[in-house]
Amino acid sequence: MKTLTMLQAIEEAIFEEMARDPRVLTFGEGATVKWSQLRQAYGPKRVRTTPLSEGIIAGTAVGASAMGLRPVVDLLYAPFLTYAMEPLINSAGKQRYMSGGQFSFPLVVLVSTGVVPFYGAHHCHNLEAWFAHASGIKVVMPSSAAEAKGLLKSAIRDDNPVIFFHDIPLEHVPGQIPEGEHLIPIGKAAVVREGQSATVITYGRLVQTALEAAATLAEQGVSVEVIDLRTIKPLDEEAVLASVRKTGRLVVVHEASGTCGVGAELAAIVAGKAFSALKGPILRLTGPDTPVPASPPLANMFAPQAPQIIQAVQQLVG
Amino acid sequence: MLLIRTLEDRLGALCREGKAPMIAASTGQEAAALGVIDTLGPDDLLLTNHRSMSHLLSRGADPGRVLAEILGKRTGYCQGKASHLHLSIRELGIMLTSTVVGAELSLAPGIALGASMQDSSGIVACFFGDGGACEGVFHESLNLAALWELPILYACENNNWQAFVSVKEALPTARIADFAASYGIKSQSIDGTDLEAVREAAQAAQAYVRKERRPFLLETHCPRLRGHAVLDPMHYVDAEEQAAGWARDPLVALSQRLAQAGVLSDEARAQMQREVDLEVERAVAFAMESPYPGPEELLTDVFA
Repeated sequence: MKTLTMLQAIEEAIFEEMARDPRVLTFGEGATVKWSQLRQAYGPKRVRTTPLSEGIIAGTAVGASAMGLRPVVDLLYAPFLTYAMEPLINSAGKQRYMSGGQFSFPLVVLVSTGVVPFYGAHHCHNLEAWFAHASGIKVVMPSSAAEAKGLLKSAIRDDNPVIFFHDIPLEHVPGQIPEGEHLIPIGKAAVVREGQSATVITYGRLVQTALEAAATLAEQGVSVEVIDLRTIKPLDEEAVLASVRKTGRLVVVHEASGTCGVGAELAAIVAGKAFSALKGPILRLTGPDTPVPASPPLANMFAPQAPQIIQAVQQLVG
Repeated sequence: MLLIRTLEDRLGALCREGKAPMIAASTGQEAAALGVIDTLGPDDLLLTNHRSMSHLLSRGADPGRVLAEILGKRTGYCQGKASHLHLSIRELGIMLTSTVVGAELSLAPGIALGASMQDSSGIVACFFGDGGACEGVFHESLNLAALWELPILYACENNNWQAFVSVKEALPTARIADFAASYGIKSQSIDGTDLEAVREAAQAAQAYVRKERRPFLLETHCPRLRGHAVLDPMHYVDAEEQAAGWARDPLVALSQRLAQAGVLSDEARAQMQREVDLEVERAVAFAMESPYPGPEELLTDVFA
C-alpha cells in the first residue's frame, strides 16, 4: 500500500494507462502544467494543453475517439460542461446508435464536482444526473483516492464515453492505494458496510458521511448497510435490490439537487421491483433545488449531513 | 452531378406522395461538392451536414443503400437508424452527417488528430455552410486546427441561406473565408457553380493541406435552389433572387460547356439521363422493397 491524494491517484491511473496503451492521450486547459509528470514521460503529442474552449476540447475528444484513440480530457469544473454538451450528448452519446454501430467513442471526461465554500455556483454544480439521463454515456463518481484510481483505469479501457466526476473536497485527501494493477469494474456498486436494519445508498464524498452516520447508529444498536454506487450509469440494480430485500428500509443520499435526480431513479427502481420487501417509505436526502451558494455557512448546509442521515434511519426503524 | 440531381428530384417527388421524408436537397451545390471530393484520396475522411446528398454520392455511396437509409430500412448504411439527416458511411470515410449545425466543425480537429497520430497520410474534408460559420464552434475549430497544425480542408458551401435567414442578416461579411486570416489560415473564396474552377481550387487546397499538414478554408458560393427542405415554398426568397439562382445552375453550366466543347451531344445527354433514371429507379425499388429494422433494433448499439 502507498498513500496518494485523489488527484495524485488520478494522475497515476492516467500514467499507467498511457504506458499500457499508446492510443491513450490527454489534453485540456493547462493539462501540461497540471499533469507535468505525464508531459515529461509521454511528450507533447500525447499530453497537450488547449485554449479555454471546452466545446472544442470535448468535440476533439469525440472525433479522436471515433478514430480509435482513447482521449482523457480535463474540463476542470462541472459547470464548464455546459459549453461541452453538444459533442458529448449529440455525437459521443448518439452517433454509435445513429450509425448502426459503425463507430464507438472510447473517451473519458474528467471534471470536478461538489460543493466548496466561496467557490459558488459557477464552479460547483453536481450534474451527474444530466448525463445519466442522456443516452449512450457512462457516469462514474468515486468516493476515495483508491476508488478513483481503480475506476479511472477501467473508464480509460471502456469502449464508451465516460464522464468521471471527482469531488473537489476529496481531491487533496490522502488515501491508501493498493500496489500493482488496481482495477474496479464500471457498473458494480460496493457494499462498504454490511448491516441488517436499513440501507443507505450514496456515492462520491457522501459515502464517508454515510459511514459516520452508520457508526453512530451502530452504537445505538441500529445495523445499517451502506452502499457506494461508484457508477451512476450503468446503475448496479442488482446490488441495490439485494440490499433492500435484506433490510426492508432505504435512505437515498446525494449532494445533487433532488428533483429528477439519481435518488428519484433509485426510489422508482426499488418501489417497482422490491415493493413487497419495504417496511416503510423510501426517504431521499438531497441538496436543495437551488444553485450552490458561495457563503460558507450556506455552502456547508447544502449537502445532507450525518445527523440528517441518522434521523432518517431512526424514523424508518421506529 | 446528374445522378445527384436526379436522385434528389425523385426524392422530392416521393416526399410529395408521402413515401419519403422531407430532405434538405443539395440542388445547386453539386459542383461545389463533387469538385472538392473528386480531388480526395481513399484515406481521406469526410464530415458533412444535413445537406449531404451531393457529398455522399460524390464519395461513391451506393444510391440504393442511401435511399434505403433515408426510408429507414435495414439495408441502409446505418441499418435505418440515421435516415437522411445523420447518415455516416465508415467504409467510405464519411464520419458524420450532422444536423446540429456546426457539429461537423466540432469533430473535425479530433478526426484529423486521430489520422495524424496514427500516421495516416489522410486529410479531413469538413463540409459546412454559412449557418455553421455563425456557430461559435466554427471559431474554436479553426483556432485549434491552426494551433495544433491539423490537416483539415474546411469546405464552406456558402449558399446564402441558413434555414429561413438570409446570410445578409446573419453575418457582417459576404466572404466567410475572411475569418480564416484571423487564425493565420490560408483561404480562397470562389464560384461554387463552376465544376472545373472548384476542382482546380480544391486540387491546390488539398495538396497544401496534405503537404503542409495545416488547415485551409475553401469557400464556394452557390445557390440553394430547393429551399431549406424539398417542400419549402420559398415565399421568403425574392423571385429575382430565385431566378438568379437558377441562372447559375451548375448542371446547366456544365452541360452547356460540354456541348460547346463538342464532347456531349444532345443525344448523348439524353442517353446519359436515361441511364441515370434507370439507376435511380433501381435504387428506389431496392429501398422500397427492403425490410424495416426489427423491433429488437430499438435497443441495440447504444453502448459498445
